[in-house]
Amino acid sequence: MSSADSGTEPQPAPAEPAGGAAAEPEAPPVDEVRQALLDSLKAELGDSILGAEIAGGDIWVRVDRGAWVDAARVAKTKLGMEQFCFLSGMDWLPNNDLSAEKVWDPEAEPTNGDGTGATRTYETGVAGGDTRFQVFARLFNPTTSVGITLKADLDEQDPRVGSWISVYRGADWHEREAWEMYGFTFDGHPDLRHIYLPAEFEGHPLRKDFPLLAREVKPWPGLVDKEPIPGEDEEEETPAEGGDGG
Amino acid sequence: MTTTGTDWRQAAYISGQAADARVNVELETEGMTLNIGPQHPATHGTLRIVCRLDGEQVIWADPACGYMHRGYEKLAEVRKYPQITTLVNRIDWLGSFANEVPFILAAEKLMDIEAPPRAQWIRTVLFEMARIANITLFLGDMAAQLGAVTPVFYAFRDREHALNLIESATGGRFHPNYDRIGGLKDDLPKGWIDECKAVMRRIRDFCDEMDDVLVGNEIFQTRTRGIGVIPRDVGLEYGLTGANIRASGVDWDIRRDEDSPLAWKDVDWKVWTHPDGDSFARYWVRLQETREATLIVDQLLDGLPAGPIMAKVPRIIKVPAGEAWVHTENPMGEMGYYIVSKGDIGPFRVKIKTPSFNNISITPWLLRGVYVPDVITILASLYFILGDIDR
Amino acid sequence: MTPVLAVQLGYGWLAAIKVVAVLAVVPVGALLYVYFYLFKMVSHMQSRLGPMEAGPHGVLQAPVELLKFLQKEDLFPERADKFVFGAAPFVVFLSTFLLFVIIPTGPRLVAENLDTGVFFALAVSSISVIGILMAGWASANKYSITGGLRAAGQLIAYELPMVLAIVGVVVQAGTMSLQGIVHAQANGKIFGWGGIGEPFVFTQLLGFVIFFIAAQAELTQTPFDMPVAESELVAGYLTEYSGVRFLLFFMAEFASAFAFAAIASTIFLGGWYIPGVHGTTADLLGPVVMIAKTMAVGFVIFWVRFTFPRFREDQLQAFAWKYLIPLSLLNILVTGIFKVVF
Repeated sequence: MSSADSGTEPQPAPAEPAGGAAAEPEAPPVDEVRQALLDSLKAELGDSILGAEIAGGDIWVRVDRGAWVDAARVAKTKLGMEQFCFLSGMDWLPNNDLSAEKVWDPEAEPTNGDGTGATRTYETGVAGGDTRFQVFARLFNPTTSVGITLKADLDEQDPRVGSWISVYRGADWHEREAWEMYGFTFDGHPDLRHIYLPAEFEGHPLRKDFPLLAREVKPWPGLVDKEPIPGEDEEEETPAEGGDGG
Repeated sequence: MTTTGTDWRQAAYISGQAADARVNVELETEGMTLNIGPQHPATHGTLRIVCRLDGEQVIWADPACGYMHRGYEKLAEVRKYPQITTLVNRIDWLGSFANEVPFILAAEKLMDIEAPPRAQWIRTVLFEMARIANITLFLGDMAAQLGAVTPVFYAFRDREHALNLIESATGGRFHPNYDRIGGLKDDLPKGWIDECKAVMRRIRDFCDEMDDVLVGNEIFQTRTRGIGVIPRDVGLEYGLTGANIRASGVDWDIRRDEDSPLAWKDVDWKVWTHPDGDSFARYWVRLQETREATLIVDQLLDGLPAGPIMAKVPRIIKVPAGEAWVHTENPMGEMGYYIVSKGDIGPFRVKIKTPSFNNISITPWLLRGVYVPDVITILASLYFILGDIDR
Repeated sequence: MTPVLAVQLGYGWLAAIKVVAVLAVVPVGALLYVYFYLFKMVSHMQSRLGPMEAGPHGVLQAPVELLKFLQKEDLFPERADKFVFGAAPFVVFLSTFLLFVIIPTGPRLVAENLDTGVFFALAVSSISVIGILMAGWASANKYSITGGLRAAGQLIAYELPMVLAIVGVVVQAGTMSLQGIVHAQANGKIFGWGGIGEPFVFTQLLGFVIFFIAAQAELTQTPFDMPVAESELVAGYLTEYSGVRFLLFFMAEFASAFAFAAIASTIFLGGWYIPGVHGTTADLLGPVVMIAKTMAVGFVIFWVRFTFPRFREDQLQAFAWKYLIPLSLLNILVTGIFKVVF
């Protein structure tokens, strides 16, 4: 899987014989089905497609925010993507470092988390991305068993995008969840309200700067030595004092 | 926790309650608000459905889920890959092994690791057993919702055998935590295969019993035929999957239609569909699927390849950067994991797509104009589980 | 002065004995049904054992439950109409109790051998509908009232087939008195053979089936238990009841089942009559025979209850009005023709 790459299918790597041991990399077979999908999409949406990738038997397409609903419509009508799978969001700020002990310091400058102290940047994923927030969704064609992942970048200060509810009725609950968890606003959704959390809940939990309180209250200890079983002697405690006088 | 909706609905709800609290001389059944749940014998877990009734009919229905929301997606961001299987077991706890599989497959896809054939075949066997354990409960339970109190006991009795088998292989009846990136935790114990075949025979007998007692029963048919019809296009728009959509005539089964490392393509089996799309169809399709699952397991056990059950996997699992989506035909429907990895020991983001979330999202549309007793029939036939809806 | 066991008794004493006897039969009948069918039969049908701890094989479970109910707190909903709320269980219990008055268990063992016994039984069983409506209304719970109304609708709908089914028997026996019906069956002949008399189940098979189904509905047993299973969604009319009041409802339900089964045994299966046994022996063996037949009928009632799913309310009503009533009218017509012609 290659990461951020705005382009079409991966180009064959140039031949670089290294000591004759490595064989010349073959061009990966062109995924014709998905290439055809991409071509139809390009024909309909044209410039709105900001990035695409076909890899590993799957296709990702990143569209312009304004064309989000159109992309869905095209997918449903022209590509036969009748089945709505899911719609969710992505926050590209980095996660906390898993292997280190960290204590939440609300005053500290947000850093990259890699120990270098660099301020927060983010890399985005497949098919690229320009902003912190992305909305992504998956559609599926049950007759041909081909699916597509659509992505769109959202503005960091005011993440809003059109609602898919006019195209796929099932997007209703998924958009409510995305609103609740990320704070995305979906224009045209009749009833954006909480779905999992109580009505009075403040904050958007799946954003990376919303702390997982359990971890902050008690940082993840990483690899610890086994705790002694309650009742057994704590052998690791004070060493024998006999003969050690001072 | 209360989720009472937007302003106008909240106001209507409160005023409805206030009006009902006064004991009136003239009986008012117009616009009665009915709460199904959150504690309720009919729903599999804490689901609350607020219905507004006009006499006998539902005007609108609004499911309020989230009573069991555990925040798996957030939790997965702070865990290493092997730790996430423990979490993920608990999403659909009735068919729990089936939850682990798509996650492990997605991680293996990113790591470009293939588990050895024996592991893949055993995974498939356990996956189908998870399906059997899950759906047998449905077969008995839907009858209980309709008033036939006996079949549910038969379901639990025969399901016990399947659970005992799962326990003897994996150590856990409900939460096996058996799948590992690269293979499985342990091999099968001695004598398991023969016992499994005996249990499959029992489950087939149970399915025949349910055929007799329920499918053939006129009252059951009257209660379920034509109730809760979901047309194909509406179902697909809402993202219904699994037996729910196959009962509406969509011939789609991920096991058959897509290439998967697991061993479904190595055995012969049928996909069952039904054209009607009503509650009876959903029950019928699941009954056939259970039988089919036993046949799959039998064939798999006959052809189980020898060999190791774990591939060579580095000790500290670091999944290369990338994004992967893997979905499987879980007992409840289509379950999938969208893993975004940054090359770390834990995922960057895991989007868990669960079948019951979509299955329930159709209820506001489906329950309009339905009679109150049929609400229970429809919910029972859609078959959801709260861990799946709420993650 | 009526001689009973060679002792002359005044009217007052006799009445007192009868009241005590019937009052004793009600819980005994209920307990028998509860133990055998609700605890044991359903358990065995469901591959389990049922209560086993209290007494050998759980025989004491039912009396113990009775005691448990007696010691519970007596709760009233705050807005309930206290008098009606308190009276409702007694009304239902009254209806059950009165049903046992006319059931004969021997040639002389009947509390009151009314000439219009059948009529009395049907009239009295309808009183329970009032009790249920009272319970639903007085609970000050909108779900209770809806449940109560549904129950009332169902019970009234199924009264008719029951009455009409019995009319066939009355036409054939020529009398409405239950004792008279037993004698008519005892003295009848099947195609000239008087060996076992002529239990009306043979000639009135359709009536028997209709009566059976209607009784199942009158008892709000599955497949007709929508008013009670309403407690899946809403609470039925029984919600707000606990303790002794609930016990009265519960006991009334099972005792009614016992009573209806006894009535069915009497008018269709031949009652206490044993061929060739008369006099005091019949008085002694009659109750045994009656209990046996009642248990047999009850067996089928509860077997059906624990097997079938339930009807929806409108399907239930359609079944009564569109199928059972025309069939029972047909039954009466055929019986009448046969009675006149043959």
